Amino acid sequence: MNDVATPAAPGRTWPDEGLTRIPYWVYTDEALRRQEQQRLYQGETWNYLCLEADLAQTGDYVSTFVGETPVVAVRAEDGELYAFENRCAHRGALIALENAGRTDQFTCVYHAWSYDLQGTLKGVAFEQGVAGKGGMPPGFDKPAHSPRKLRVATTCGLVFGSFSDDVPDLEDYIGEAVLGRIRRILGKGEIEVLGRFTQKLPNNWKLYFENVKDSYHASLLHLFLTTFDVNRLTQKGGLIVSEDGGNHVSYSMVIPDERHGSEYRDQGIRSENQDYTLHDTSFLQGTDEIGDGITLQILSVFPGFVLGQVWNSFVVRQVLPKGVDETELHWTYFGFREDTPEQRTARLKQLNLVGPAGLVSMEDGCVGGFVQRGIATAEDERAVVQMGGDATSSSDTRATEASVRGFWKAYRRHMGL
Amino acid sequence: MKTLELHLAVSLLQARYAQAIDDDRLEDWPGFFTEDCFYSITSHENHVRGLAAGIVWCDNQGMLKDRVSGLREANIYERHRYRHVLSMPATVQPEGDRVRAQTPFAVYRITRNRPSELFVTGCYHDEYRITGEDDLKIARRVVVCDSSVFDTLLAIPL
Repeated sequence: MNDVATPAAPGRTWPDEGLTRIPYWVYTDEALRRQEQQRLYQGETWNYLCLEADLAQTGDYVSTFVGETPVVAVRAEDGELYAFENRCAHRGALIALENAGRTDQFTCVYHAWSYDLQGTLKGVAFEQGVAGKGGMPPGFDKPAHSPRKLRVATTCGLVFGSFSDDVPDLEDYIGEAVLGRIRRILGKGEIEVLGRFTQKLPNNWKLYFENVKDSYHASLLHLFLTTFDVNRLTQKGGLIVSEDGGNHVSYSMVIPDERHGSEYRDQGIRSENQDYTLHDTSFLQGTDEIGDGITLQILSVFPGFVLGQVWNSFVVRQVLPKGVDETELHWTYFGFREDTPEQRTARLKQLNLVGPAGLVSMEDGCVGGFVQRGIATAEDERAVVQMGGDATSSSDTRATEASVRGFWKAYRRHMGL
Repeated sequence: MKTLELHLAVSLLQARYAQAIDDDRLEDWPGFFTEDCFYSITSHENHVRGLAAGIVWCDNQGMLKDRVSGLREANIYERHRYRHVLSMPATVQPEGDRVRAQTPFAVYRITRNRPSELFVTGCYHDEYRITGEDDLKIARRVVVCDSSVFDTLLAIPL
């Protein structure tokens, strides 16, 4: 549980207006950043680690992070998944030095202490000393000196870990409404990874996670979406926010030959430009492979998991803090083993829309940095998040900031702010 | 002698290619490619693992033109430019009307109010088509970046 006796951010108070105002110190405060590691990432949250497909065989492992804490996720001999802190119990060095691999045990390179696939300390080099001299004291309890272990749970081929024994079961934590939208995509078949890229963002992680949840900005910042009818706020769609506020789904559907309303033009919004045409339209000709007409779905699970669909392209994004003003976004592009060559080509083409060079998503890589630089001396000022009132509830419009407020509702609860 | 001529032809094309991008003549960029070209930007790690996706993945010249018009008319990013520094093309291998070569590169990024910074290093894995006496076009270019990490965003092509 949160240690409420210690303030998360000494000397700071949240504005009286509640969730409609975000104080800028949340993006710059070093003390708060350290508290986030304890209260969020090592608290009652589930953190995305990797895909089950990454851990198909015994001994397959991935080294990743929960917040800023390095962790290893691995499939052990009993067929189960385990995760433990990637930090040797002896002197604290990293145990696994590769991003991924297959092994029958882990051995720290520094002094050769070794661990089994469940992360339990098994071997201490020269434990008995040499020729009867030196060595560890008798009775040294190796298993008790193992690195911290995480709870591991999977759903729909996604692997999550938690440092908390009190966090609800993963599927309850995600909630049925959001989980249904994960199944909608990942229930299609066995995942095939198509590529992995990392994007370094010059801003606090929360600015990116808010951006993911911000259904209001998408068609305003991203001209590509609006002009080619991938996403307009006037299209049919909606927003699902989980009960606790932390998880969300935003979705929309393209109706063929839908007549454009004049809402964008009437407001003189920059992002509508009817003169913009493509030389090659083939990559925007998606198929309704799920059969429900939804062409864009962005989904997030607090505090750092994102699942995205733009037409036939699918990605997982893992949001990782790297200091108060730096974030890493780990992109996994995927399709399905059952894909035909044509489907695979369509996905590879449509992936041009997303990622660090995405025709749609590249703006999200810089806009957080614009805020981070804009608020340089504005710790006592605050952002206004009032579109759609002050609610954090689901709605059939995306012209609302309900899911951004939902994020802050969950954040404040976890942080005791 | 044939090999040396090809070497020189590839080197000259590479120099003109880099100059077009660095001088912000992006509209000239698709013209270095054949109409049925393939162009992608990936990383060493993805390349070695045989993973097909790229952060840019185009299988015709039209998609390259659309990248440029996207940058000119749609995409939002802070104004910046590149400086390519090219190494000598290596392993130039003729095969009929095709030539394969690899050219290592470094690209520095110059963003407003900031000093030049090293943005990407990598290697062009190319296949050229000999289209005239002195003329080569790029039929296939896989830009293999040494790192999978990209700072902020990649807008201008490599």
